[in-house]
Amino acid sequence: MNAVALGLDRTVLELKMYSREKESVFFSFLFPILMLTLFSVIFGDVMDSSGSPMNAATFFLPGMISAGILLTSFQTMAMSVAVERDDGTLKRLRSTPIPPVSYFLGKVGLVATTALAQQVLLLAVARFAFDVDLPDTASRWLTFLWVFGLGVFAGTVLGTAFSSLASARSAGAVVVAPMLILQFISGVYFAFTDIPTWVQQIASVFPLKWIAQGMRSVFFPDELASMEMAGTWEHGRTAMFLGVWAVAGLVLCVLTFRWFKRGTT
Amino acid sequence: MTAISIRGLVKTYGDKRAVDELDLDIEAGEVFALLGPNGAGKTTTVEILEGFRTADAGTVQVLGTDPRDADRAWRNRIGIVLQTSSGLDLLTPREILSSTARAYATPRGVDEVLASVGLQEKADERIAGLSGGQRRRLDVGLGIVGRPELLFLDEPTTGFDPKARRDFWDLIRSLADEGTTILLTTHYLDEAEHLADRVGVIAAGRLLALDTPANLGGRADDEATVSWTEDGQRRSLVTSTPTLEVQRLAERFGGEVPELAVSRPSLEDTYLSLIAPHVTEHVADSPADTTRKVPA
Repeated sequence: MNAVALGLDRTVLELKMYSREKESVFFSFLFPILMLTLFSVIFGDVMDSSGSPMNAATFFLPGMISAGILLTSFQTMAMSVAVERDDGTLKRLRSTPIPPVSYFLGKVGLVATTALAQQVLLLAVARFAFDVDLPDTASRWLTFLWVFGLGVFAGTVLGTAFSSLASARSAGAVVVAPMLILQFISGVYFAFTDIPTWVQQIASVFPLKWIAQGMRSVFFPDELASMEMAGTWEHGRTAMFLGVWAVAGLVLCVLTFRWFKRGTT
Repeated sequence: MTAISIRGLVKTYGDKRAVDELDLDIEAGEVFALLGPNGAGKTTTVEILEGFRTADAGTVQVLGTDPRDADRAWRNRIGIVLQTSSGLDLLTPREILSSTARAYATPRGVDEVLASVGLQEKADERIAGLSGGQRRRLDVGLGIVGRPELLFLDEPTTGFDPKARRDFWDLIRSLADEGTTILLTTHYLDEAEHLADRVGVIAAGRLLALDTPANLGGRADDEATVSWTEDGQRRSLVTSTPTLEVQRLAERFGGEVPELAVSRPSLEDTYLSLIAPHVTEHVADSPADTTRKVPA
């Protein structure tokens, strides 16, 4: 079999393992959907009675979409590669004629499939359970697609690079804690404008803030662009920041990727 | 034909020479056992042969290729059974064997492999539920599914019960009969004696002895111990002419000698005396130490 066919085969294997692990299904795949449900129920009445231009689900949807992208790409890669490096899975693969590129294709297939399925589910729940008006223009869906694509790509390569900092034992804490902080300062769980300016500036260095801002531009009315830091949706800068992170992540991967755990070679 | 050729191999960690000017040839079709205490340089040597580590000096040829240039075509001819492999808990033996088989040019059938490692009954159950011995047999299955010309086995039967070990030995013999070259590292001397055509003993990164299991360290020429029971007591004498002694005893007893036994040093005795000058406190972890038989 050629490297691409083996990559497809690895994708199937990866999906089997992912779907059989209840923790990953719950904490990365279903988590944003659960959070959207929770926030919509808890804040539904408050937002309706405050005369807000949108309901709670619409307000939280871009954040949950962004959290989902981070979970299915960055968290999946950082955790699984760290664990597979430590438990000898990577070494075992290196001992076979499976080309390294097929392993990565398998991971890319896993991330792409779970990220897409998660977004479809999230949008369906938002639309049918919580009456969120989905965008009705092609240009908004196009924005959704490129923000999603760049976000998933950056998350995948950055997660792979980040895996070198974690061991199987520490992965849970080393990966999840920084992610949680990033989500709070990037305006995923509440309005970015409620965050102090200096925290906003720190968040602006990282990709999640740009993913969330890009997704707000897809689902929020255009007049809310004035609430953003720059007063506009900043599509150009969003694409630039995510693109730079994606390239930097790819270079970091190439420079730092190890098949064996430290101290064994 | 030479399957593995090692010349002047050196590997240094810090200021310690793990492998020190090692020379060794392993012929195609041979079952070769590499023995040595922990820290002797076995694993380092084998991992250099497998292409997982690079040598500091010397030349290594495995199936005519330097393993540091290992490519897909070379990996296709090699099977490696690693010391531990986990991370497969969520899959079934059939799933991981099928997926691994697809990477090779001429793989064995998955059902055939499942049968030869005795895992047909567990083929479609999660690997998480397999016993230690069953997991080890799956590791071996993963090593042979590609129909390798050369198989590396790193301590393959650690944790096996006696029956599983016998079955495993039969499997290795049948692979050898098909012409597979096998390089085995083990702590079990009886395993080396049972399986290997030749045995190499290494300590401190050097080859101390190299011979067939029967002749290792001059075993065949060593003095034998003749023992018997006389007047209710166990008697024994060490001699270089055991046949003569038995003849004398037979004459003295006028026929059967009570509880007569003639024994030569076991491979384990020979091995332990060979490595004795090189053993550090490491050997305390070695199973060879705990399985040592009390000399007759």
